Amino acid sequence: MSHQAKASSETAPAANVFSLSTAELREMAKRLRRHVITMIATAGSGHPGGSLSAADIITALYFKVMRHDPKNPQWQSRDRFILSKGHAAPILYAALAESGYFPVEELATLRRLDSRLQGHTDRNLTPGVEMSAGSLGMGLSFGIGLALGARLNRRDYHTYVLVSDGECDEGQTWEAALSAAHFSLDNLTAIVDYNKMQLTSWTGDIMNLEPFSQKWQAFGWHTIGIDGHDFDQILAALQEAQNTKNRPAVIIAHTVKGKGVSFMENNVKFHGKAPTAEEAERALKELD
Amino acid sequence: MTVEASTRETYGRTLVELGKQNPNVIVMDADLSPSTMTRFFAEEFPDRFFDCGLEEQNMIGIAAGLAASGKTVFASTFAVFASCRCFDQLRMCLSQPRANVKIVATHGGITVGEDGTSHHAIEDFALYCALPGFTVIVPADAMETGEAVKAAANTNGPFYIRLSRPKTPLLYSEHYQFTPGKAVTMRQGTDATIIAIGIMVAKALEASDMLARQEIDCRVINMHTLKPLDDEVILEAASETGAIVVAEEHLAQGGLGSRVAQVVAKEKPVPMSFVNLGDAYALSGKPDELLQRYCLTGKDITEAVRAVVKRK
Repeated sequence: MSHQAKASSETAPAANVFSLSTAELREMAKRLRRHVITMIATAGSGHPGGSLSAADIITALYFKVMRHDPKNPQWQSRDRFILSKGHAAPILYAALAESGYFPVEELATLRRLDSRLQGHTDRNLTPGVEMSAGSLGMGLSFGIGLALGARLNRRDYHTYVLVSDGECDEGQTWEAALSAAHFSLDNLTAIVDYNKMQLTSWTGDIMNLEPFSQKWQAFGWHTIGIDGHDFDQILAALQEAQNTKNRPAVIIAHTVKGKGVSFMENNVKFHGKAPTAEEAERALKELD
Repeated sequence: MTVEASTRETYGRTLVELGKQNPNVIVMDADLSPSTMTRFFAEEFPDRFFDCGLEEQNMIGIAAGLAASGKTVFASTFAVFASCRCFDQLRMCLSQPRANVKIVATHGGITVGEDGTSHHAIEDFALYCALPGFTVIVPADAMETGEAVKAAANTNGPFYIRLSRPKTPLLYSEHYQFTPGKAVTMRQGTDATIIAIGIMVAKALEASDMLARQEIDCRVINMHTLKPLDDEVILEAASETGAIVVAEEHLAQGGLGSRVAQVVAKEKPVPMSFVNLGDAYALSGKPDELLQRYCLTGKDITEAVRAVVKRK
């Protein structure tokens, strides 16, 4: 158990629900990736590339680091996870289902009429989803609101916001970066899924972000650069972020778009395209 | 003599009152607190006030996060920025999740005056009314402002309240009973109805005085809530007076005129006319000069009423 839930008037979980070993996290990430492939192939549309690049980060958060209770999604002291890159909804849904927020079978309804699993996240519909996202660049602002809310309500939860590299093109991301440092929010961690690829092509060709880490530093953030597919590095970075005082921390996670499926890796075609049945089969074999 | 009072100052004072009653009330601003008058709250409750600097989009996102933490959030800036600058944020962070955030925007309309086109919010009714779940209110005077702000604080969900820069004539006493969505019939009449909102309510009352002298008996309705609209009072007016003029400090498209016409066309078609800013931006000038130049005076309303009565 990595956190001690404070006794309070709200129902607290008996123990931190998940604390997987690194080997188990690797297996879980693979399982989530398989869900992503199956869901998107079944739906016939969706964004596999950015879901796969974020898989290890999300696995570490939901199955090791975050204090949360799938039986009580509204538990007030839960850590908050904001998926600002709302198009990666499938990987979040997979993590929520595997941790028990809703049945794993429901994943097959992704993007279908009347499904609780919308194409992009919807906080009104899906248990465990904190924010309606999909229009890029808004998540960090929302996370700041939650972090300020924690301070005002005297709660010790931590807010994690996963942003894409593409959405760092949005001006609002930098408005938020400026203000999170201004408000000294050390209960807020941003994680950039820096897979270096946006919808059309490489970020370096479409809109160069470099020198990236220096930008965040200049905005007043504590910056940590890691391989976003190495669990030891992910866990160490999340710990370092939690220990950071008086300013927010950003983890710049160097990742590979489409990670885990050879023909999707660094392949811009799979930013927002579903695999065919045959491609899905090949992908699942690789993820076996 | 007409007594005037500032709607934005009343807003600022009301926030302090609400802050004392409810520790969950949070106020935000975008570097305009001396003008929006949220500064009163900032002085009284510095820990519950957040200035976001000139980051309107960020402010809306943070407001949504605070609302998701159980807070009742008031966020203020000028109406032009509160509507045009952050529309996608209003849509995704406030409207879709029905967040408990109240956007109270000052400096609405052309009566901002000399600052000119960039500061004239004249499309905000259309934009906010397009957002599902929003309650949209434009008070006619300072007394109604205080009541509208209290009602917003006590009703869950997103609100937009538009206020003015100049002081406006006081129309109500402290005994005034305000209910969102329930229009106020200011004056009865049988020949035609003027449905007005915001600063145009006082102009409509002037117009009805002038029309009375010309033996046109004109009903005047203060439609303070644009959304949800009081359909019932509109249909009564259509049935009982047979002609309607809508007056607003807003462009022709998507404002009160469009909304009233939808109700009338569907249920009880009668001749209608519209007093508004048409389809063009206004220029710099003193508020009263602008109201004359852009045809938003009591006299303009009387002409519209006379014309519409002839079409009955």
